[in-house]
Amino acid sequence: MTADIKKTDGPAGTPPAGPEAIKAVPVRHYGRYVSALIALGIFFALIWAFANGDINWGAIPDYFFNDRILTGVRETLWLTFLSMLIGIVGGLLLAVMRLSKNPVTSSIAWFYIWFFRGTPVLVQLFVWFNLGFVFEYINLGPVYKDEWSQFMTPFLTALLGLGLNEAAYMAEICRAGLLAVDEGQTEAAHALGMSHSKTLRRIVVPQAMRVIVPPTGNEVINMLKTTSLVAAVQYYELLRYAQDIGTTSGATVEMLFLAAAWYLILTSLLSVGQYYVERYYARGSSRQLPPTPWQKVRAHLTSFSSRKGVTA
Amino acid sequence: MTNAMVKAEGVHKSFGAVEVLKGIDLEVKSGEVFCLIGPSGSGKSTFLRCINHLEKVNAGRLYVDGQLVGYRQKGDKLYELKDSEVALKRRDIGMVFQRFNLFPHMTAVENVMEAPVQVKGMSRAQAKERAMQLLQRVGLGDKAGNYPSQLSGGQQQRVAIARALAMEPKLMLFDEPTSALDPELVGDVLDVMRDLAESGMTMVVVTHEMGFAREVGDSLVFMDGGVVVESGNPRDVLTNPQHERTRSFLSKVL
Repeated sequence: MTADIKKTDGPAGTPPAGPEAIKAVPVRHYGRYVSALIALGIFFALIWAFANGDINWGAIPDYFFNDRILTGVRETLWLTFLSMLIGIVGGLLLAVMRLSKNPVTSSIAWFYIWFFRGTPVLVQLFVWFNLGFVFEYINLGPVYKDEWSQFMTPFLTALLGLGLNEAAYMAEICRAGLLAVDEGQTEAAHALGMSHSKTLRRIVVPQAMRVIVPPTGNEVINMLKTTSLVAAVQYYELLRYAQDIGTTSGATVEMLFLAAAWYLILTSLLSVGQYYVERYYARGSSRQLPPTPWQKVRAHLTSFSSRKGVTA
Repeated sequence: MTNAMVKAEGVHKSFGAVEVLKGIDLEVKSGEVFCLIGPSGSGKSTFLRCINHLEKVNAGRLYVDGQLVGYRQKGDKLYELKDSEVALKRRDIGMVFQRFNLFPHMTAVENVMEAPVQVKGMSRAQAKERAMQLLQRVGLGDKAGNYPSQLSGGQQQRVAIARALAMEPKLMLFDEPTSALDPELVGDVLDVMRDLAESGMTMVVVTHEMGFAREVGDSLVFMDGGVVVESGNPRDVLTNPQHERTRSFLSKVL
């Protein structure tokens, strides 16, 4: 009921303005100033310490776009992409298997997840690398036949080790996503005469994606960093190249910082990508799509100019 | 049996140890509006879901358009139908749910187009044209591009009706279509259902809207505790119930 509130009349011809805005002295938060000062102090002390340490900072820009470093970046990205591809496809498959009514497939999926989540990925990488003790030859009949050590290259070891491990984690993420979709959706699709697979593909999975995408983005970022482990199975990627340069040039620590900087750049780019993917799958679920970063920046700029007029 | 769209003979349904349907016998004639009323837990929604095989019948026989639901009979033996065969039969049976169950990631028109395109293989252009006609028929031609979350409950339910009609069913099932709606939105949905009834559609309606049952219904069944307590012409049953249980139920809802 707004009838009781006295409205100040606007100029003739315009609708009456609302009640007069409150102008009050805001509460002063002195504690905030103090804590901000302390935090800034510690921050700058750390920067000072690093800047004056025994580190040859100049080596980092020198090698930042070195050919080997760039090759390493490419290898890291490629390995991340392929392992995540195996992880996502395998994870979705495992999730569907776990949710299926067939006790055999659901048990196998359960066992797979139990095993690959329960052992460290580094151990798995070593096991793949050394599986030649179990399988001396790989024999796919007329298609392919070779000794295991020839077949299991560092690249394949890295790919299988990371991808199959990731599938176990993705399976749980996908399962959570599939379970989050209301059962009424499946019923409605079935009632329209849609088959199981079509219902899954057209109705359930697109809605599950909204739940699956945010943790998957997390997994991609994790995977990008985990690829640094594959140096242990003789695969050359960003960290391994950086370390190599470090030992030959004597700038060991500097090259580690360089690698860290590259990892930060790559994960930051991935976070931006994740934001847009999430935005895509949010369509229909929220009444209004969240703004893109650019839209946010523009909104802030315009709100700065009008902030003076807003009180209370 | 030529005239019966739905025929139930001693239909039983249990969920674990709980027997929800304890032998339902009824017949829905082609072209009629058949209303199912009763207290919650009486099994009316379960029975409705048995008709398109969302629930499996445990005992008895259920026929839609003269064909056994969910099974094939050869001699004395029953063979369970494959999922694809069940899906094929469901094409002819539209269903409208209490909670609408629109696909939230699709706009209204995409919701209506989905089944014709995916199930019948209709071209997108043709499906869209038909979907627009159907949306206009339910009074929502201007909302075609909206997502379900941008529509009111009554509008969502009307889209859901259009979605079911897009498959050109010969039978429509309504599972308490207005129970989740604000009172002032109920009328719009009932108007659409009334139009549909006048067009000659066979409808089985689980409802608490006694007014609708009386005005539009051709037959009415009162269910309680998994059995049919009373059935007949809606106007007779509602104004002059013969059973004590029916009387006490109606005195509470009317």
